Amino acid sequence: MSETTVIVGAGQAGGETAVALRMAGYEGHIVLIGDESLPPYSRPPLSKAYLAGKAEAEDLLLRNAEWYANQRIAIRTGTLVTAVEPADHRVLLDDGDELSYDHLVLATGGEPRRITGPGIDRARNVHTVRGLDDAARLRSALTTGVRLVVIGAGYIGLEIAATARQSGAIVTVIEAAPRVLARVTSPPVSEFFQRVHREAGVTILLGTTVEGFGTDNAGDITAVHVAGQPSLPADLVLIGIGITPRTRLAEDAGLKVSDGIVVDEHMRTSAPDIYAVGDVARHPCPQHGGLRRVESVPNASEQARCVAATITGAPLPYRALPWFWSNQYDVKLQSVGLAAGHDHLVVRGNPFAGSQLTLLYLRGQTIIAADVIGNAADFAAAKRLIAAGTPTERRLLADPAVPLKSFAQRPR
Amino acid sequence: MPEITYVSPSGERRTVEAEAGTTLMTAALNNLVAGIVGECGGQMSCATCHVYVDQEWADRLAPITDDEQDMLEVTAAEPTKYSRLSCQLTCSAESDGIVVHLPEVQ
Repeated sequence: MSETTVIVGAGQAGGETAVALRMAGYEGHIVLIGDESLPPYSRPPLSKAYLAGKAEAEDLLLRNAEWYANQRIAIRTGTLVTAVEPADHRVLLDDGDELSYDHLVLATGGEPRRITGPGIDRARNVHTVRGLDDAARLRSALTTGVRLVVIGAGYIGLEIAATARQSGAIVTVIEAAPRVLARVTSPPVSEFFQRVHREAGVTILLGTTVEGFGTDNAGDITAVHVAGQPSLPADLVLIGIGITPRTRLAEDAGLKVSDGIVVDEHMRTSAPDIYAVGDVARHPCPQHGGLRRVESVPNASEQARCVAATITGAPLPYRALPWFWSNQYDVKLQSVGLAAGHDHLVVRGNPFAGSQLTLLYLRGQTIIAADVIGNAADFAAAKRLIAAGTPTERRLLADPAVPLKSFAQRPR
Repeated sequence: MPEITYVSPSGERRTVEAEAGTTLMTAALNNLVAGIVGECGGQMSCATCHVYVDQEWADRLAPITDDEQDMLEVTAAEPTKYSRLSCQLTCSAESDGIVVHLPEVQ
């Protein structure tokens, strides 16, 4: 008897789970359910090439419809799962249908945090970007000379600021923290990106909080009021203050949830035969212990492979080192590892000049994380050094004359 | 459609057809060719789509950019003068029939 795996969520994690199952030789039925109109597509370009008009929706598709058909993967787009019934091994859909599963993979991702309050709730010129529809709406509004106020200087906010600036928009970024990317990186990287954005003509207001919004008669925002400064005229507002994991289905089904769906190292949730992967999964951290949630494409793909291994009966615990990239203008940042718990920072390069910067985070003599700007060789070397965990002389690491890759010889 | 042959480390040959314009990495992923990971999706950030181009083809491909060269220095398997990132190789009439060898590890 052939079994069925139902995957809820057709983003990177859900789509790659279907692929990984077939790669692993899974012979059962696979049903991939997504609430968006397209089969799985790549989200990173939404804030970059797509927003800039240099890529179209079809360019973002991870695989074409024919591919899924050939692989006997049924895709139900535009469909929302309304409930999971673990006791009956069944999911209910918004079109009234119901599906039985032997394995259920929750890959529901996250949704952008919003700002609510007077002036913003009804405004039509407020944007967040998570899906293609969001990006399409913003793209059509980004015209030369349009005044865009970005609230939040995280990766999404800064990437969109860069793209909008390059499209001719007048861009102001508001950040409550004293530096950009404050939650995700250390001060030298923040300094680097603040410089790059300012050189491109973006106004960055740090340590600045939003106090309210001015609106026109139609209810659209015309100004953003900030503490201690004149109001900022705005034609468009982009909110980039992070995502909230979409856990409602899991919660309603009685699964263990804590800022994400809690899973073990094999992506198993607290309910039998139900798994979670990607942005929504809160998983054991192999590097530092405890639980963590990682919002990135490589993490989604890796967990997809991991859950496929679990479902096909050849479990491989999740051991991957998180890594991440961000492109802004022609600057490419690559990060690997988790910097939490580092006791020493090695800075190779100057954040205030040039186009390259490498930061190495050490605990004792061991590199545990790196942020690398504009230097693919350093990034790959850092990745290898972190994975190997080999102790390295701090003094030598700090010497820019010694290439990083000289520390990262291949094992022979 | 151009054909590509992937040869596994054990010598097993797998020939696939791909639309002109797709990369050898994408063609491998679309056809479930084991041995190409392509973790970063062609961003030149991971060096997990490393291939050894068959000698006969080595001189007939687009030149290696500086970024690709940097990544080739840090592949998991030892690089040779035939090493390329398959995300940087595009299927076309000129590359029809290309043969690439897969490394032991990515």
